[in-house]
Amino acid sequence: MSLASAWAVALHGVDGVLVEIEAHIGPGLPGLQMVGLPDTALSEARDRVRAAVLNSGEKWPARRMTLALSPATLPKVGSSYDLALACGLLAAEGKIPPERLRGLVLIGELALDGRLRPVRGVLPAVLAARRVGIGQVVVPIPSLAEAALVTGVRVHGASCLKEVLGWLRDPRSTLARPGPQRSAVPAAVPDLGDVLEQGDARWAVEVAAAGGHHLLLTGPPGTGKTMLAQRMVGLLPALTDHEALEVTAVHSVAGLLAADTPLITVPPFVAPHHTSSLAALIGGGSGLAKPGAVSRAHRGVLFLDEVAEFGPRSLEALRTPLEDGEVRLARRDGVVRYPARCLLVLAANPCPCAPPDERDCICPASTRRRYLGRLSGPLLDRVDVQVSMRPVKDMGQARSEPECTATVRERVLRARAAARARWAGTGWGTNAEVPGPVLRRRFRLPRAVTMPIETALHRGRVTARGADRTLRLAWTLADLAGRDRPLLEDVSAAMGLRDRSAA
Amino acid sequence: METTAQPAGRRKDELGRRGEDLAAEYLAGLGLVVLSRNWRCREGEVDLVATDGARLVVCEVKTRSGTGYGEPAEGVTPAKAARIRRIAAAWLRTYRVGWCEIRFDVLAVLCPPDGPVTVEHLRGAF
Repeated sequence: MSLASAWAVALHGVDGVLVEIEAHIGPGLPGLQMVGLPDTALSEARDRVRAAVLNSGEKWPARRMTLALSPATLPKVGSSYDLALACGLLAAEGKIPPERLRGLVLIGELALDGRLRPVRGVLPAVLAARRVGIGQVVVPIPSLAEAALVTGVRVHGASCLKEVLGWLRDPRSTLARPGPQRSAVPAAVPDLGDVLEQGDARWAVEVAAAGGHHLLLTGPPGTGKTMLAQRMVGLLPALTDHEALEVTAVHSVAGLLAADTPLITVPPFVAPHHTSSLAALIGGGSGLAKPGAVSRAHRGVLFLDEVAEFGPRSLEALRTPLEDGEVRLARRDGVVRYPARCLLVLAANPCPCAPPDERDCICPASTRRRYLGRLSGPLLDRVDVQVSMRPVKDMGQARSEPECTATVRERVLRARAAARARWAGTGWGTNAEVPGPVLRRRFRLPRAVTMPIETALHRGRVTARGADRTLRLAWTLADLAGRDRPLLEDVSAAMGLRDRSAA
Repeated sequence: METTAQPAGRRKDELGRRGEDLAAEYLAGLGLVVLSRNWRCREGEVDLVATDGARLVVCEVKTRSGTGYGEPAEGVTPAKAARIRRIAAAWLRTYRVGWCEIRFDVLAVLCPPDGPVTVEHLRGAF
């Protein structure tokens, strides 16, 4: 037999596409041709595969070999095809039974000595295999736990090419099987009880967590903006199975998963530095773009500390992802989409000098205006909750112990459950996701209740989108209060939480 | 140890010579008529030019004593193949042969010091 096929998976964003690798060995001068849009890393597979095959005790066929990767028009990136290339070639040469490669996806990079190295994106690859009905997958042992997250596919782990070849030759032999699923011990999230005073800001954090609203905290340094933002993750509900797979898939493509406990079950907290480039924030890279901070924070919190120091280009680029819940990045090799439904938390000082007490500010008025003016109107318009924080005046002895995470979280979860029940069957989970027209028509509130919004709209103090966002906020406040619809007080409070004077 | 006493270059030439003899014998065994051996021109040298009556067969003979540096046929690089094509054209001009079908073959001769000699014939290799 001089023709054989093996199967691998190409990654396109967080989607996998099954790739058939055909190997043909024919007459002609010895050499290996690879066709089907391989990138540099994949073209180098030629040399890796050859060394790995020789060092696994196999003979390298001294004939003309052609490897075709199809679909040929799909660009193939990276080193994860090595194992499938090697097995395809050896099957074409008759060294392993070709029929054993049917219904089997092979994933892994080969080291020169034949060891199997882990690769990025194993989870989406196995998901793609399951989608087309492939029953078995071989992955490198370090990726075994990640691959085993997908149910309904038999996952095997191998440490080297020799092991895989032995297994393919002898159906009775076995490869490593995934161990029992270990759930990650969630990293200790700091407790909300650590934050002193700041009643308004704590309330704002609670509302933002309950409704999935974006949040802006302004205030002098040392008042606990960063502390509050870090504690926000603790208020969010644990990820559902579906969400956990989504988040894990993004992190898998970014190559950020822990080997032993890959499944991400708690909302991620991502805090990029303010010098981060546009590509680091949104996603980017040559060829096919890789996920950025906004996608890594999918279903979690994206915290931009010192937001006024971020480049305006970076901040403006956040606008579309925040609105759509996904990033679409067009690069040479095509458009990829990454999910980006995150909760945005912005923190900023009111001015560059930022004294503990704002009365001591020495900045000229124009500087102050310019500083927060860097946050553009369209971006702030998307931030539902905006609060300014005041300096802390006592060390916490005077008053009772502040509420801890567990207490607040309980309220948040109850509000989220109420919202979920209301939006059940519509595809939205939180109030922040609901489109404005739905709130204005299907869930229209009495005129008496929406009065403050109408007035502000009339006077030009809020935009139409801002009005929609205030409505959403009002629903969240009602959920938190345990009411089934917002009252006038909820709408007024919502207007207060969106106070533009905070920024 | 007579062989090691010789300079390395001559030993290599001898191996090549032996391989070419074997290849010529092999082609004769297939019923081909060898027209030229080691035909030289400005472009270089071609090992064997033969014919099977219908077409011209230009052969590159590559001899190795072991596979430690790869199979013999792997020694025929794209650059070498291109040179042989140019030499074949020069051969046709010199002997004023008109249009004819040409096949380029590689004869990979493996002469291990302790074992049987094998000749692998790659027809239409390039």
